[in-house]
Amino acid sequence: MASEGKIDPMHQFTVERIGPKLEIAGYDVSFTNSALWMLLALLVIGLFMYGGTRRQLVPGRWQLAVEGLTGFVRNLMDTNIGPAGRKFTPFVFSLFVFILVSNLLGMLPLAIIPGMHAFTTTSHFSITGLLAIMSFALVLIVGFWRHGLHFFSLFVPHGTPIYMLPLIIPIEIVSFLVRPFSLLLRLFVAMMSGHILMEVFGSFIVNGFASGSPMGFGVGIISFVFIVGVGALELLVCALQAYVFALLTSLYLNDAINLH
Amino acid sequence: MDLESAKMIGAGLAAIGTGAAAIGVGFVFGSFLQSALRNPAAADGQQGRLFLGFALAELLGLMAFTVALLILFVF
Repeated sequence: MASEGKIDPMHQFTVERIGPKLEIAGYDVSFTNSALWMLLALLVIGLFMYGGTRRQLVPGRWQLAVEGLTGFVRNLMDTNIGPAGRKFTPFVFSLFVFILVSNLLGMLPLAIIPGMHAFTTTSHFSITGLLAIMSFALVLIVGFWRHGLHFFSLFVPHGTPIYMLPLIIPIEIVSFLVRPFSLLLRLFVAMMSGHILMEVFGSFIVNGFASGSPMGFGVGIISFVFIVGVGALELLVCALQAYVFALLTSLYLNDAINLH
Repeated sequence: MDLESAKMIGAGLAAIGTGAAAIGVGFVFGSFLQSALRNPAAADGQQGRLFLGFALAELLGLMAFTVALLILFVF
């Protein structure tokens, strides 16, 4: 990746085809490394949930971990939406766990094996965009289902003076329509910038030590210390971004269910 | 100045926005800590709002980052 001192931080995000080229109606539907890492995420989640949902009367460690995770999301829904939010818990839980696991899988240090590198599915616009559209579509469907055209009163906050309405309504509409973009942009940019940062400083280490000069050695040492800290921070960001996505989805659902 | 160097300068200027977002995120967590230490009993109930404020402040920095990337790689 970083041969001849040239740092190429965007290379890790390329989607590569694995296996034969498949086409359906002019669209390339080949199996890619992105699909592979999504399947891996599915496998990890499936194993985790399967091991923990054996309904033991006295939960073991594994079941306790699963119960902790589900209880965390249920708490989130209860505090933000209330009892009406219970039936949307599985959706928010799936979003949260998928984002969390694919973020963490992307952090795996597989690049020490030549020719392999971990692929972060959530660092791609198309995937976070799909997740954001799903949650936004659910908000719209639930809102119109429960309230009909009364859902549009979402754009008129309570107690707004009449003469402020021409100003408030466009602002509310724009802020409503921006929601899916803010969801997709936050997750995708946070993951991508973190991985670029780690790639750049990782290349500093390699190039610094490879240069052989005392100064290059110093740069390598400093970069190494720095990247350990950044790695820890990235693990925090992985969990935080998944939590923020789930939190914002639950808040938007709250708007659709309870009409603020 | 040719286009290439103008692009580089523009991307660097756009990256300043991430620093501004850092100030915003610092304000969010700083004021949360200030008030949480005064009333620790009420702090846990406000964590959702803390992360909401963090997410909103962070988003603007990420937008600056996106603009820098757009300048560098798209145009």
